[in-house]
Amino acid sequence: MEQIDYNLLLNIADLDGTPTGAYNLRRNGQGVERHSTENVLITPKTDKPGIDIYIKPYTKNESVHIPVIVTESGIKDLVYNDFIIGEGADVTIIAGCGIHNDGCDTSEHDGIHCFQIGKGARLKYVEKHYGEGNGTGGRILNPTTIVNMDEDSYCEMEMAQIGGVDSTIRETTANLKAGAKMVVLERLLTHGEQTAHSNMDVNLNGKDAAVQIISRSVAKDQSVQVFHPKAIGNDACRAHVQCDSIIMDDAKVSSIPEITANHADAQIVHEAAIGRINNDQLIKLQTFGLEEAEAENVIIQGFLK
Amino acid sequence: MLTLKNVSFQVNNGDSDLGIVNDVSFTLEDGKFLVITGPNGGGKSTLARLIMGIEKPTSGQILFNGQDITDLSITQRAKLGIGYAFQQPPRFKGMTVKDLLSLAAGKELDECTCCSLLSKVGLCSKDYIDRAVDNSLSGGEVKRIEIATLMARNLKLAIYDEPEAGIDLWSFSMLVNSFRSISHQHNESVILISHQERIMQLADEIIIVADGKITERGSKEEIFPKLLGEFDSDCRFKRVGGIA
Repeated sequence: MEQIDYNLLLNIADLDGTPTGAYNLRRNGQGVERHSTENVLITPKTDKPGIDIYIKPYTKNESVHIPVIVTESGIKDLVYNDFIIGEGADVTIIAGCGIHNDGCDTSEHDGIHCFQIGKGARLKYVEKHYGEGNGTGGRILNPTTIVNMDEDSYCEMEMAQIGGVDSTIRETTANLKAGAKMVVLERLLTHGEQTAHSNMDVNLNGKDAAVQIISRSVAKDQSVQVFHPKAIGNDACRAHVQCDSIIMDDAKVSSIPEITANHADAQIVHEAAIGRINNDQLIKLQTFGLEEAEAENVIIQGFLK
Repeated sequence: MLTLKNVSFQVNNGDSDLGIVNDVSFTLEDGKFLVITGPNGGGKSTLARLIMGIEKPTSGQILFNGQDITDLSITQRAKLGIGYAFQQPPRFKGMTVKDLLSLAAGKELDECTCCSLLSKVGLCSKDYIDRAVDNSLSGGEVKRIEIATLMARNLKLAIYDEPEAGIDLWSFSMLVNSFRSISHQHNESVILISHQERIMQLADEIIIVADGKITERGSKEEIFPKLLGEFDSDCRFKRVGGIA
């Protein structure tokens, strides 16, 4: 492990050493360190790249770290990770991918994550994407996330792209059975000529299923963002989709929330807003003695927190 | 000491210039509590914004402790110790009350200091410090947090634009007590725009602004008798056309 690796791990997973609990570290397309615990079993796939993560039923208060780092230019990494979370378990999974590209070739990581969340289980999933490096080579991350939620399960997903990623296409699909509850918080910062597309389909298939999707983004410079969250109510369920974007410079943002009700008792709401930083917010912080650029930064950091 | 010399502010109204503030001059001594009152649309808020630097005068000069600050930015004036509380404060998605108070103070504030600031404006602090200053707060709550941000700073001149607007009666009493203690300490100069008799009672001096001009100026003992009869039963200044 080199300093670059440690920096990336700190940025994507707040790790400054070996994590406690189960973990799997993937570096430049290879699994390099793996540790299972009594309740969390991590095994490599035999038919394709990736790992299977089994969490025993009723496992409580355990965390699983599965960071991916790419430091060689020109790597194209495709990985399939499957998570099977047993009935009644309560766990936190911290994923994330950091790319450091000092070269001229494109580095890309495409992670395909599939979650099976058992009856009454609770999952908190945190995924941070981050890019850095001085090379001209692109830094590309295309995550695909599929979440199948059994009855009365709970899933909180926090997905953040905190800068430096040139191109991303996020595909998220969730299928919720009766009583399942999901909260998705997506945070995105793009700058330069970066592009980010996020498509999300949430199918509420059972009585009292509920989802809340909160998307917060900041688009700077000439960057382009497109959001397309979709909530589909197939039973008596609740959904709330909220997309909020701050647009700056010459950026372009499209927000296309889509709601469908296939049941008379489905309650589905969406709201979307795109706008500049409010001038009164800047003035307020300037009256505290902050310069305009500092004020802008504070507002963005708060908005994306 | 703050001095305004022949300050005017005009906006272009299509074909002609419209005077919002017209040739206003006054001096505020250090540690004094000045209340500006007068009819709505008379130029009070614009005057406050000119002093903070949010608007620049079209003519005239503003001096602060002997320094000409007419061309200084908002940030530069803030660094000289001038603060301003908005009549309608902005909200910040994702920023907590504690974050905002810390930004105001210029340092990370501990829970205890935040609590003491919030109690001065009548907010039960534990319920608020970790809440975001966004649309989940009522207008009155945001307004009180706004006032607390000024109290968090070590100011030489604090400007409050209608601090009472949108605040319920019980909290208003707390607020009057806080302003009373500021006025008794005489540490910072205060300019407070208000229509409330109970706030005017705290003033060392009252200025009445109407049609962009100072129409009356004096101690509360001098001005108050002229204003009596101008208030309704809720202690609000009732004449929209200014006093005769």
